[in-house]
Amino acid sequence: MALLEIKNLHAEIDGKEILRGIDLTVNAGEVHAIMGPNGSGKSTLCHVLGGREGYEVTQGTITFDGQDLLEMETEERAVAGMLLGFQHPVEIPGVKNIYLLKEALNAKREAQGLDEVDTFSFMKQVRELVASMDMDDAFLHRGVNAGFSGGEKKRNEILQMLLLEPKLALLDETDSGLDIDALKVVSEGINRMRGEERGIILVTHYQRLLNYVEPDFVHVLYKGRIIKSGDKTLAHRLEAEGYQEILEEAS
Amino acid sequence: MTETRELEQLVKREYKYGFTTDIEQEIIPPGLDEDVVRMISAKKNEPEFMLEWRLEAFRQWQKMEEPDWAHVHYPKIDYQALSYYAAPKSQEELDADAPESLDEVDPKLLETYEKLGIPLHERAALAGVKGANVAVDAVFDSVSVTTTFKDKLAEAGVIFCSFSEAVENHPELVKKYLGTVVPQGDNYFAALNSAVFSDGSFVFVPKGVKCPMELSTYFRINARNTGQFERTLIVAEEGASVSYLEGCTAPQRDENQLHAAVVELVALDDAQIKYSTVQNWYPGDEEGKGGIYNFVTKRGECRGDRSKITWTQVEAGSAITWKYPSCILKGNDSVGEFYSVAVSNNYQQVDSGTKMIHLGERTRSTIVSKGISAGRSQNAYRGLVHIGKSARDARNFTQCDSLLIGDRCGAHTFPYIEAKNASAQLEHEATTSKVSDDQMFYLRSRGLSEEDAMNMVVSGFCKDVFNELPMEFAVEAQALLAVSLEGSVG
Repeated sequence: MALLEIKNLHAEIDGKEILRGIDLTVNAGEVHAIMGPNGSGKSTLCHVLGGREGYEVTQGTITFDGQDLLEMETEERAVAGMLLGFQHPVEIPGVKNIYLLKEALNAKREAQGLDEVDTFSFMKQVRELVASMDMDDAFLHRGVNAGFSGGEKKRNEILQMLLLEPKLALLDETDSGLDIDALKVVSEGINRMRGEERGIILVTHYQRLLNYVEPDFVHVLYKGRIIKSGDKTLAHRLEAEGYQEILEEAS
Repeated sequence: MTETRELEQLVKREYKYGFTTDIEQEIIPPGLDEDVVRMISAKKNEPEFMLEWRLEAFRQWQKMEEPDWAHVHYPKIDYQALSYYAAPKSQEELDADAPESLDEVDPKLLETYEKLGIPLHERAALAGVKGANVAVDAVFDSVSVTTTFKDKLAEAGVIFCSFSEAVENHPELVKKYLGTVVPQGDNYFAALNSAVFSDGSFVFVPKGVKCPMELSTYFRINARNTGQFERTLIVAEEGASVSYLEGCTAPQRDENQLHAAVVELVALDDAQIKYSTVQNWYPGDEEGKGGIYNFVTKRGECRGDRSKITWTQVEAGSAITWKYPSCILKGNDSVGEFYSVAVSNNYQQVDSGTKMIHLGERTRSTIVSKGISAGRSQNAYRGLVHIGKSARDARNFTQCDSLLIGDRCGAHTFPYIEAKNASAQLEHEATTSKVSDDQMFYLRSRGLSEEDAMNMVVSGFCKDVFNELPMEFAVEAQALLAVSLEGSVG
């Protein structure tokens, strides 16, 4: 059974159709990259998968881990094992990072019928993860994303992913705004998550991230449709030739 | 738009404390004249000086006009239609004294406080249930029901009792301090209170004593068509310190009820008083029907050098809140602090803030005000920072933040600054923000329910204030906010 199966997905916002028939299947163990020029519908796809209100699905189906995703609330999708890594993580002043991490983990554990995590082992695990992301412990006690640099925000997204161990990670432009060192750390984090039981979707504008996280499949999204799919060499072609050539070829 | 409506649904609150205790009560007939003032004084077996003091207040009140400058609207109050004294009958029979032990207290009253989660059994409190190491004075309508841990406090030299008992047992202290911070004629509601106040709490911490436990008063309005007028007086002598918390609830009723309290704090040299309020009077229903009019005068005087007074308040209830806990910084190097969270929802109206009156040299004050408005409520911060001529090198820092939930509520800020000494340093920061759809989506995508997400954003917003609450009550305050913002989702 596919982990994620999107069939003929159409979605609009404020009456304007953005997604015009997307088909995509992601199996556990696979890494997919979705690339496309600005305005092709990449972020809309992420928001629709995340269940953001204001996006109306007019046609099509999405099945996640055997469940009808479109029937699920955002938080139900999260505790069922989907994690959306944001392009622009929002600031939540006054709420400590560590507090959100714990609440998020407990929400997931509750859904699985497990007890709340005990503080001692939680702290131990979080400290290890923080170190692995080349971050400082002080980071845990700052407000969620409050005053974080662009790179820190993205590291924080990956940190959450490592802690929550989702079945499907959907990472929206995780590479944007990262310097080369941060890009390496973030990529290592993503690579650590790769595994038989997990699917990863990287949504990205540039091929740069894919030098560090090698995708199994690459899809080109254009005007709300996937117009071409291939293996990682497609990403190299995009990098070398730009979108124009491939768009012309597809049309 | 849809999101706005959902956010509003989310903050629809249910009031948990709206029940009425069915108990026989003695309520004097409605109306107010000198005879009523005399009757209240007589019921309390008060000495002559108290009666004179009340009558003087009443005469001043008669000459005063009800003020109307606040950013609140309500129909004119008919002061002759209110009853000015209500007491449970069983309590009435026990003379003016509070009962000696809990066995003498009407079980229905005990039940009421149990339902409200207020520990009146010292043994239970000591056994480590919630509220341990907190002494409680429980005021039911016009009278104090009981005060816990009196003996333990007396060992330390601390007097903690109902106001009536203080008048009877410590008249010299009452005479010395009553009305020295809020004089009888201070304002319309303070004058009314001074004339008819029926009970309240009295705290006296002698020189050098650090009060060994948190003190707390729990006010409960039960009777219908009555006003509640309690009076609290806290005195900390040289080097003494005390932390005090008041909580309040009332039944759910369609008509409005008036609550006009007065709180006076006096801190002598090097003394510290921390006064925290968790105010949860019935706020009225979704259409704005019913609820308490909370018109309160609270003022502390840092009378001695290096003294410190801190007001911390979490205001969630009342149909209308109109109050400004203030500090008069008379002593040199004295410190005044005001930390406030005011939540308003539905048709609630809040006009609250503080006054910091700097008179002594090098006096410092801090104001942190967090207003949260939802529904169709109006939430105003009104603050005065006054630097007197004599207040050399005074400093004030004011931070005033508003959080809006939905798009039909209002937040208003009215800061006033009067600086008569050029050496003063004043800072004022103000922000207004909305709980954004982005924040809600972000938190929900991490698995938090809408309610939990909302609570998280709101408590993050309030953190600076919660940090100032005594430990035991920080949790309670957070829970109160959660309840206030609890509602029917989806």
